[in-house]
Amino acid sequence: MDKSMYAIVVENLTKVYGKGETAVTAIADATFQVRPGELVAILGPSGSGKTTLLTCIGLINEPTHGTVVIDGAVVADGGWHGGIDLKRMRREKLGFIFQAHNLIPFLTALENVMIALEINHLTRNEAKGRATELLASLNLGHRLNNYPSALSGGEAQRVAIARALANKPKVILADEPTAALDTENGKNVMALLKKLAVENHSAILVVTHDHRMVEGFDRIFQVSDGRIIDEHNKVAAGRDHVG
Amino acid sequence: MNLAIRDIRYHRGRFILTSIGLGLLLGVVMSMGGIYRGLIADALAILHANKADLWVVQQGTNGPFAESSRIPEDIKYRIRAVPGVAEASPLSFQTVQIERSGKPFRFFLIGYELGGFGGPPEIVAGRAIRQKHYEMVVAKAMRMQIGETIHLGLHDYTVVGITGKIVSSSGDPAAYVSLADAQDIQFKKDNDAIRNDRERITVNLAAMPSLSPSQGRYLQQNIAAITESTHTVNTIVARLAPGANLQEVQARISRWNHFKPISDAEQSAILAKGMIEKARMQLGLFRVILLVISAVIISLIIYTSTLDKIRVIATLKLIGAQNRVIVGMILQQSLLMGVIAYAIGYGLIVLTYDKFPRRIVLEAGDLQMLFVIVMAICMISSFVGIRKALKVEPAEALGG
Repeated sequence: MDKSMYAIVVENLTKVYGKGETAVTAIADATFQVRPGELVAILGPSGSGKTTLLTCIGLINEPTHGTVVIDGAVVADGGWHGGIDLKRMRREKLGFIFQAHNLIPFLTALENVMIALEINHLTRNEAKGRATELLASLNLGHRLNNYPSALSGGEAQRVAIARALANKPKVILADEPTAALDTENGKNVMALLKKLAVENHSAILVVTHDHRMVEGFDRIFQVSDGRIIDEHNKVAAGRDHVG
Repeated sequence: MNLAIRDIRYHRGRFILTSIGLGLLLGVVMSMGGIYRGLIADALAILHANKADLWVVQQGTNGPFAESSRIPEDIKYRIRAVPGVAEASPLSFQTVQIERSGKPFRFFLIGYELGGFGGPPEIVAGRAIRQKHYEMVVAKAMRMQIGETIHLGLHDYTVVGITGKIVSSSGDPAAYVSLADAQDIQFKKDNDAIRNDRERITVNLAAMPSLSPSQGRYLQQNIAAITESTHTVNTIVARLAPGANLQEVQARISRWNHFKPISDAEQSAILAKGMIEKARMQLGLFRVILLVISAVIISLIIYTSTLDKIRVIATLKLIGAQNRVIVGMILQQSLLMGVIAYAIGYGLIVLTYDKFPRRIVLEAGDLQMLFVIVMAICMISSFVGIRKALKVEPAEALGG
């Protein structure tokens, strides 16, 4: 398999918390790949291990076993790959979208996007230009100077998406991005993610237990008790879960 | 982007209120430093006004300010005759408390020899004392008008002049009268006491059959003259001639019985260190306690503020922010709080220091040192928050 053609490659990924008798296996032998431009869902009930899987791919949680490759670079190989700069990888290769948008409350919408760019060493003017452009493309041009507290749930989530996209990451990881939104806003966000995956050629991996949103995904991995028990195409997933 | 400024801008109400509280605390710290400097300035005010090189006081005392000192006035002639002494002048000091307009009225009365030195250092209104009796120059702080009279001892004294801010080591404003008046006020007995003394002497002498009536009268006059004499002073101040050796002059007077020469430097040390040492320690301790309280408050504020931002910090870490971004945010907030609180405290003191009942002396060196200490406290206090922030895991940004 040519790993360089995938944005994400996960092989035999295992995450065990604790040791000995108290050890709990959160993820067991997960193996899958995601291509650039693909929108993939990890679906499962609470406690099934889907967020742990996301954090292992997102370089937040160190895997116990297995391999993780992001944009052709081995980041984990039975623990973190030697010499890997996790923060730099997160900054340059990954974008994160959260359930509660996690915008910084004391920064305006524009500044929330700019901060991600400035952290990645863009100058203030460059960051401002790109952030303004991104927000405008997400129909938030009129909300640049509003604080998150003044934004609606949908608007705040779009700002969070803009922040995740700011550094043009190869992989976007989204943790329950529609959980705090109503159905209409949730569907809008999913449609937006789908559009961005195609336009930016980014792989988007979404963790969700929200069956309402499965329609837009290219592929769906069903997770239960830490194992990927099934992989659906979008048509099958829609038939199985919707309604 | 400066996250510290952005956070302060967003939470400006909370930040300003906190800074005002801290500023009031720092204002108290500054005022205590100013009070201490004021104590020294007050203690040395009379010393500096006199510009004496030597203070001759009663032997075995540290007078005239620290202890009671009484020496005969006429020793001034002997001191003037010491080689190296250019001039010598007797001075009398006493604290007076009377009632004025139904309120206690306290001041420090200085008697000086007209034509000598040790009198009012300056006259800001009216004139200096010209007559030997019943005229008075008062410090501005006594708030008396020229022409106003005040009853002291057996007589009324008229204010003829106002001098600048001169106070005793206890902070009481000073008033000046002629030496003769000061001696009368301090030592002169009332008529009844004099009559009683004279009668007691007459009776005692009459009981001595060996004395003839004329011898008795002669003795009675001389004894009364001695007991009724007011020619006593508290100190004689001396100025040396240019080129005179202070140690030699001191050594010569030290050899006399009953007198002790104290140099100006020694007198300063007695006043500044001896008399206000406890006050200095007390104020110093208060300042330390207040600075510790400030440090605890800053630590708590920064720590609480960091706890409020755990999710923000986790998010920043998750999107790849370097530790210096997070450390910088916390440290800058702490330092900014210190700077603003210091400015508020300074402004408060500058606006109010002349309204304090005692003199507040703000010295640039003290204020600069306090600023450095406040900055150091802010830095140290922010470590608690920084430590907490650095322990935050990026994973804490996840979840609902």
